[in-house]
Amino acid sequence: MLPGPYDLSLVEGSITTPQDLTRIQQIRAQSNYLVTIGACATAGGIQALRNFKDVKEFINIVYAHPDYIDTLATSTAIAEHVNVDFELRGCPINKQQLLEVINAFLHRRKPNIPSYSVCIECKQRGNPCVMVMGKPCLGPVTHAGCGAICPSYQRGCYGCFGPMETPNMSALGDWLLQKGMPQKDWVRSLRTFNANAPAFKEESDKHELRE
Amino acid sequence: MSQINFLQKVRIDRAQIDTLFPSLKKRGYSLIGPKISDGAIIYDYLDSIEELPIGWTDEQEAGTYRIKQRGDQALFGYSLGPHSWKKFLFPARKKVWQGQKTSDGNFKTIQEIATQSQRFAFIGVRACELHAIHIQDQVFMNKQYQDAEYTHKRTDNFIVAVNCGQAGKTCFCSSLNTGPKVSQGYDLVLTEIIDDATHYFVVESGSERGLEVLHELSFESVSNSDLEAVERCIENAIGQMSRAIDTTDIKEFLYRNYDNKRWQELEKRCLTCANCTMVCPTCFCSKVEDTTDLTGDYAERWQTWDSCFTMDFSYIHGGSVRVSTQSRYRQWLVHKLASWIDQFGTSGCVGCGRCITWCPVGIDLTEEVKALRLAEWEAINGKS
Repeated sequence: MLPGPYDLSLVEGSITTPQDLTRIQQIRAQSNYLVTIGACATAGGIQALRNFKDVKEFINIVYAHPDYIDTLATSTAIAEHVNVDFELRGCPINKQQLLEVINAFLHRRKPNIPSYSVCIECKQRGNPCVMVMGKPCLGPVTHAGCGAICPSYQRGCYGCFGPMETPNMSALGDWLLQKGMPQKDWVRSLRTFNANAPAFKEESDKHELRE
Repeated sequence: MSQINFLQKVRIDRAQIDTLFPSLKKRGYSLIGPKISDGAIIYDYLDSIEELPIGWTDEQEAGTYRIKQRGDQALFGYSLGPHSWKKFLFPARKKVWQGQKTSDGNFKTIQEIATQSQRFAFIGVRACELHAIHIQDQVFMNKQYQDAEYTHKRTDNFIVAVNCGQAGKTCFCSSLNTGPKVSQGYDLVLTEIIDDATHYFVVESGSERGLEVLHELSFESVSNSDLEAVERCIENAIGQMSRAIDTTDIKEFLYRNYDNKRWQELEKRCLTCANCTMVCPTCFCSKVEDTTDLTGDYAERWQTWDSCFTMDFSYIHGGSVRVSTQSRYRQWLVHKLASWIDQFGTSGCVGCGRCITWCPVGIDLTEEVKALRLAEWEAINGKS
């Protein structure tokens, strides 16, 4: 690590080890602004799937010497541990959005990073709605930013940018289940890169219990 | 038959209608109309009549859209798709300004953004859509405030309208008197008549330039049975509509129902995804965003579609005014059907049904208006 202090620190990755816990405090202390980027840093990432299981069991199964492994029971977002000035979503992030965030901090203005649904950017591109044409899509509950890449290729949104500003998870879930999606598929579709984002987690937990 | 008058109907055979496209093109119009793309009938640039969705139609329900073969060769045998003409008149994104920092620290305009000088000919505009265009005209071309680009595009905008012979299940224009028969604002209006034996169009001009184009096409005089076929075509579309909005007293009704219990239902069902506002042919909200480059010496201003369903839309210092889902749905519906009347003198709804079909969870405003009326009745009279 280059010696601080820093005007703007960009942090990738989640808090998964005891070392991460101390290192993030050091970064925060030396940074004027701290911006977290990507689904790992803003929601715990795909590795947060451990939060739904017992991580010790994984370690015992995977590693010949489990005692070499020093990891936390959970993978969590940076903002759960230190104050974060801005979270840039996405798995992966959008490079234009990263540039916009850096520009905004550099010129002391608010970043133009909308937190509404993917649907708005999807409709701005002129895409017919894939969900209305029969494919399950997380777009209506997902944070904009990718430019609606998947629906532009006739695929449903995978929710890589995590929950939008006011996600109505149960409205979407109830509709998809009523259209025939098996409950376990709905749970799995929410347990990807943003599985630990509160709105996605609450909905997937609710349906896992029902199963 | 060599000379036709204004508003006089003529008959043009299917084979002869092809010449309409070159006739418009040579006048310098960019042709826009329906075509199939990604499993839907959308509006896009067209080169020839062959690109129209020949022989295709669509099936629609709340939250559902599928295209399918009709079994004939109809050119306009579909109802409405996900796009509206606002895509071209009021684009989703456009740069409106760019500037460079000067030595005194201010920004100076560098190179004015050229107003788009395209002249569009819209092919296949339905009655409800013409009403929608006229509603947006009130917004963008009113006396006080004019959108220069919109005004420019509308000033020489050739409209080939089509009397609707195929309404979708989510359509309800007949209850709002905005269709299915085209009544105003067109240069040419076609009615497509197709059966086992014949395929022709009954065409009428609504403007001088429409008449001029019509004279270049190969036409015959219409018979009484042709005119009867036109009426049947429109009757058929009316018969296909199963939805309606009861507009009796609608403004006063919605204004006095701010606290109606039904709004709470929307809290559970509405996704606040904004699809309804994006597909609505009259929704006109936009926002502007300023961006800088890394040096801070260059800035741009972009205008993009916005929606009353976002939190930012009602953001004022300290937070958003309409935080709850129901408050945002109520804002949209009450503006569309009631306060629009105070603002622009007409309803903001034309009954095209796009907000119903393209709502990912099938929320139906015609159902909501019914439910609101029932809830008010029950609040006064007790449950029936």
